Amino acid sequence: MLKTVFKGVVTASVASLLAFSAHAADVIKLGAVAPKSGPLAGGATVTQWPNVELWSKQVNARGGLNVGGKKMMIEVIEYDDKTNPGEHIKAAQRLAEVDKVDFIVAPYGTGFNLAAAPIYAKYNYPHIAVSAISDKMPELTARYDNLFFTLGNTTSFTESVIDILDDMRAAGTIGNRVAMVNVADAFGIELAEAARPRLEEAGYDIVYDKSYPLGTPDLSPIIKGAKDSNPDAFIAWSYPPDTFGLTEQAIIQDLDVKMYYTAVATCFPAFGGKFGSKIDGVFGAGGVNQDSAKIQEYFKAHKEVTGKVADGWASANTYASLEILGQAIEGAGTIDRATVTQYIKDNSFDTIMGTISFDNQISNKYWTVGQWQGGKFRGVKSSQMDGAAPIVAKDGWK
Amino acid sequence: MDIIITGLLLGGTYALIAFGLNLQYGVAKIMNLANGEFLVIGALAAFWIFVADAISPIMTMLIVAPLAFFGNWVIYKVLLRPLVRRAKNQGQLEVDSILATFGMSFALVGIMVSIHGEYFTYSYLAEPFEIIGETFALNRIVAFCFAVLIGGVLWFWLYFTRPGMAMRAVSVSTEASGLVGINVPKMSALAFALGGAVTTMGGTLISTFITLDASVGVIFTMKALIIIIMGGVGDIRGAIIAALILGLIETTVARLIDPGLTLAAAYAIFVLVLLFRPQGLFGRKPS
Repeated sequence: MLKTVFKGVVTASVASLLAFSAHAADVIKLGAVAPKSGPLAGGATVTQWPNVELWSKQVNARGGLNVGGKKMMIEVIEYDDKTNPGEHIKAAQRLAEVDKVDFIVAPYGTGFNLAAAPIYAKYNYPHIAVSAISDKMPELTARYDNLFFTLGNTTSFTESVIDILDDMRAAGTIGNRVAMVNVADAFGIELAEAARPRLEEAGYDIVYDKSYPLGTPDLSPIIKGAKDSNPDAFIAWSYPPDTFGLTEQAIIQDLDVKMYYTAVATCFPAFGGKFGSKIDGVFGAGGVNQDSAKIQEYFKAHKEVTGKVADGWASANTYASLEILGQAIEGAGTIDRATVTQYIKDNSFDTIMGTISFDNQISNKYWTVGQWQGGKFRGVKSSQMDGAAPIVAKDGWK
Repeated sequence: MDIIITGLLLGGTYALIAFGLNLQYGVAKIMNLANGEFLVIGALAAFWIFVADAISPIMTMLIVAPLAFFGNWVIYKVLLRPLVRRAKNQGQLEVDSILATFGMSFALVGIMVSIHGEYFTYSYLAEPFEIIGETFALNRIVAFCFAVLIGGVLWFWLYFTRPGMAMRAVSVSTEASGLVGINVPKMSALAFALGGAVTTMGGTLISTFITLDASVGVIFTMKALIIIIMGGVGDIRGAIIAALILGLIETTVARLIDPGLTLAAAYAIFVLVLLFRPQGLFGRKPS
């Protein structure tokens, strides 16, 4: 009796073992580490996580990825890095060593992509960074053979803002008076330092130039200070909470400028939701071609599958980076990471943002500035993107 | 003038942040590191209800306050009372309560992230309001009025009523107040629950003009801590004065010197108080 039971148990476990390995072979494990809590969680839950969900569900709905004639489903393994680089590295190590994932989704945030690059390089994961903007990209891609960049660099973001100023000055909409503020954090400081000499070179008067600490509870002194300097244009290299805070104060204090720019999170649906029509004409970092059929289809699917509205910038880039990964796996016909990495370098990819290819592991196809026009955040300046909308001057806060 | 009013408004905000922790730490002797999370819960409630049903945050505040009072009372009874009972001295209770509430703060952040991981941002009374020719945000003025109201009610209650006096006695000495017949456990639970309710109310008000997210609570805990240590632990007048001083200093520095130096100025004041009056502005010297 006992023997029979024992035999049964063995058979059952062998059977389940077999089933498990057969199952494992048909699954591509995709590891994702990004903030679900901590200061960057608010951004990651808009831009990063919904796209991981959307893409993996869509791929699985059509039967998985076709890898050398075999259909393989995507299984996503997610970890919260708590917006802490140390936690991120630990989780990345766990993905590689314990979960043994086949591929990874790039981290969220510039600092995290840079901090985690060595560990993903060590395990040969193709690392297609999206939410990472830096002028050090060529050095980094030279050092890490598996690292790709897709969202542009600091210089192009500041250049595009100055392009807009130039366009508006040439049209006689604004004069030379520019007020510039920045959040006292790596991102804000780097952009302000890049912009300052370029603005002076282009003959602008920087009439107000201040920084404020991250998490400043009252931004009204800054807007009042800027207003007192009587500027034609207002530029803020800002982070999400201050993008909201500065704009609220600008509306209340009626900061009357023809050009108003805030950086990160201007493209968020919550920004439009909070301010409604008042922010018509506001410029912000990023952009998207609202008229593209592919983008419209993507926005629709994003809303249907995740229940959330995609933002007007890096949402599409994030989704495109996953499309690139998927197409590279299918194209290479293997889940061997080195082969897939090489495939990404050698080929171009058909994404919702158009055809993307890499030059020295860097994609030069991205939006830099967008503008709220008629309730939509439209791309107005870009590097090699089609469909830029013409810029309009800000006409009060109504 | 503009600087003074802006500074007072900011001071009012800080007072809202600090009232609750002052009661919890001063009277109940619980160093509640999850204080900021309760503030964020108030903000989340205001945001959520406003976005879903367009109900004014002021209404939400009135709904949330009794719930928070009850929730904090339960937390005190279930989670913290055993710590109080087994602590041999004040120092041990502080360490234990810091650890317990630190853990609780993670749990609360997790719950809030699962409810709404994005920014809590909406527009309520974001309108200009003129005072002698200068423009201020109406929502900040409303919050300031409530800060005055809450502070006033607390002050009146603590200084002019019997239970208030009992509470102040507990704040001075738990042993002595027990000896004169004050029900110390009951008073401590009441102080903790009241503190939680006030903090949550502060959160609903603050959410009308500051964009919060689920993880931002710790920043408010730190600010509250600085204010109550500056003002003197357990003294509501001290918290109000310290909050106003911080608000005025930060605004003055931001307007006249550089917005980048606001934090530095706030901490400089804090260090000065610690150096020259370590018991806080209204604190008692340990006898």
